[in-house]
Amino acid sequence: MSDAAAPPALRFDGVTRRFGSVVAIDRLSLDIFAGEFFALLGPSGCGKSTPLRLAAGFDAPSEGRILLHGAPLTAPPHLRPVNMMFQSYALFPHMSVADNVTFGLKQEGLPKAEIAARVSEMLALVQLSALGARKPHQLSGGQRQRVALARALAKRPQVLLLDEPLAALDKKLRAETQFELKRLQRRLGTTFVIVTHDQEEAMTVADRMAVMQAGTVAQVGTPDEIYEHPASRYVADFIGDVNLLQGRVVRTDASSVVVACDGFGEIIAGPAPEARVGETIWLALRPEKIAVSEGGRAGVGQNEVTGTVVEVGYRGEQSMLEVRTAAGSILKVSVTNRRRRAADGPAVGESVRLTFAADDIVALTR
Amino acid sequence: MSEGATQGGRGMRRSWTLRLAILLPFAWLVLFVLLPTLIAFKISLSQTVLAQPPYVPVLNPSGGWDAFVGFLNALSFENYTAVFTDSLYLASYLKSLQVAALSTALILLIGYPIAYAMARAPRGVQSVLLILVILPFWTAFLIRIYAWINILQRDGLLNQLLLSLGIVDAPIAWLASDTAVYIGIVYSYLPFMVLPLYATLERMDAALREAAADLGAPPWKIFWQITVPLSRPGILAGVLLCFIPIVGEFVIPDLLGSSSTLMIGQTLWTEFFANRDWPFASVVALVMLVILVGPIVLYEHLQARALEKAR
Ligand SMILES: Nc1ncnc2c1ncn2[C@@H]1O[C@H](COP(=O)(O)OP(=O)(O)O)[C@@H](O)[C@H]1O
Ligand SMILES: [Mg+2]
Repeated sequence: MSDAAAPPALRFDGVTRRFGSVVAIDRLSLDIFAGEFFALLGPSGCGKSTPLRLAAGFDAPSEGRILLHGAPLTAPPHLRPVNMMFQSYALFPHMSVADNVTFGLKQEGLPKAEIAARVSEMLALVQLSALGARKPHQLSGGQRQRVALARALAKRPQVLLLDEPLAALDKKLRAETQFELKRLQRRLGTTFVIVTHDQEEAMTVADRMAVMQAGTVAQVGTPDEIYEHPASRYVADFIGDVNLLQGRVVRTDASSVVVACDGFGEIIAGPAPEARVGETIWLALRPEKIAVSEGGRAGVGQNEVTGTVVEVGYRGEQSMLEVRTAAGSILKVSVTNRRRRAADGPAVGESVRLTFAADDIVALTR
Repeated sequence: MSEGATQGGRGMRRSWTLRLAILLPFAWLVLFVLLPTLIAFKISLSQTVLAQPPYVPVLNPSGGWDAFVGFLNALSFENYTAVFTDSLYLASYLKSLQVAALSTALILLIGYPIAYAMARAPRGVQSVLLILVILPFWTAFLIRIYAWINILQRDGLLNQLLLSLGIVDAPIAWLASDTAVYIGIVYSYLPFMVLPLYATLERMDAALREAAADLGAPPWKIFWQITVPLSRPGILAGVLLCFIPIVGEFVIPDLLGSSSTLMIGQTLWTEFFANRDWPFASVVALVMLVILVGPIVLYEHLQARALEKAR
């Protein structure tokens, strides 16, 4: 994806930002490569917007440096070759759509003809050619979002920063727009850094993402690395649904670890080289990795647990079951509703046998 | 059935209170604005005499129809032609408009940076600054103008300061000059400009300025192309809140100004109290009202639009 020798498009090098006693971001180090779609993901208030504001120049780090293609970013915001799309869109209410897009180009002193050409190109790109004369308050939320995008992209930034760009849209439009953003980014090849608290959004759009935790990076990786190989309980729990089982290490070798879990007995999990015998660790098991067999049929996988269905949450394409094991622990299990008959899957009160492979369980030491 | 009846009853009661709510301020306006204006209009058509009341004709209600017709015939627009032909009054009006325009411009020039700084100050500091702006209102207006006499007089604070700093060799005669009038007016009306400006600037989304900077605009362009256009409602409100009362200002030019250049408020006062020419004073007052109708209507229109937007 990137030339290994070239410096990253954007590098946070030990960046800290304090607001009084609040540490918004704490020694953040992060490399974002040219041409990638990078997501900063985390709960609200964990310090996602702050790095963007530092990169845009609205705010300065308390410590550390930010580098753009290897050169320290210290210029005032109006001289930085990065652009930001604001969560509130921040469209100028007294200017038409076209004037909003023109504003940034005028500052560069481009010839009139080129400005006009670029504005119409940008409006076409976001399918707003017909609405150039409208004022922002005459647009729908989705249209405003596209104006904001066009206005930032018109500047042809080296890095486009997007702060919760889709948060104000309703669910369906948001889902469509995610794919649109991804297509747009591929086509333009511009480096995109998006901030979001929505894990689905981050995973949909991003090539790589960083999961943030209280001002620090908990894990960086591709969406599937982070989903399938979470580095900590925090990451496993934040991304998607997960069963976290606590237990003590009984045996460990190169290919697996055996853990005695309260309420489950011994469970064989994927390898955990750091784990020591006797140590307390956690097992992360995704609901969809568990196979359900009703009655006496045997399943696949090294681990087997029996239990009773206590709750069925019907979600349409799938159902989320809560299964109480014989020892009284609860496991979340998802079953895909392949057939149209709702009564197909296990019902409340039914006994089920749950099986899952050792490889599908991630052993976590933190 | 019974439900419908109670609903009808409630509806009627509501419309009754609604009517009262409209009627009360309406009655207030008729009683204290329209009626006095009409009386002033009637007096403006009379002629001055040395009597009590100091004008004729006086309507005698017991005189019947003939007396009423005679009364009507005795009214005339003579005073109006006089006010437009006598250069003294014309000069007075022009002087008032000039003072109002220039001092409003000065107030805007001084008030905008103050309001801007207030709106950009940290939250806690903002409320302190706001109190400081309002604080002078806790002292009587007249006393504050007298304080300015103290400051501006020959051996006053200002001259002492200038002399001790060696900026001037001899004390300057500040009082009884246009400069003193401008100082007094700018000082007195500054809060009326700062407050509406501060209200608009404080509400302005900081992200708009950041977006402008992000798009490549240097600070001065952000100020002129984003901040100023978006604060237009505040500017207009402040300008009208200052301009309208300054045109009719009496106390400040009377106490700080010279007698050579009179503002219309002073001319009005002289006609009424010194010359006891009530008809002419009424004409002067009504003409001033007509001059100010434009700005007042504009102000009302803007207020209504701001209310509409806020909803
Ligand atoms: N200007 C500021 N003044 C004080 N605290 C701030 C400021 N900006 C952000 N913070 C604090 O820093 C932390 C991280 O903020 P932010 O980066 O905006 O989080 P996020 O975007 O993930 O919601 C929060 O606790 C927030 O309250
Ligand atoms: Mg944020």
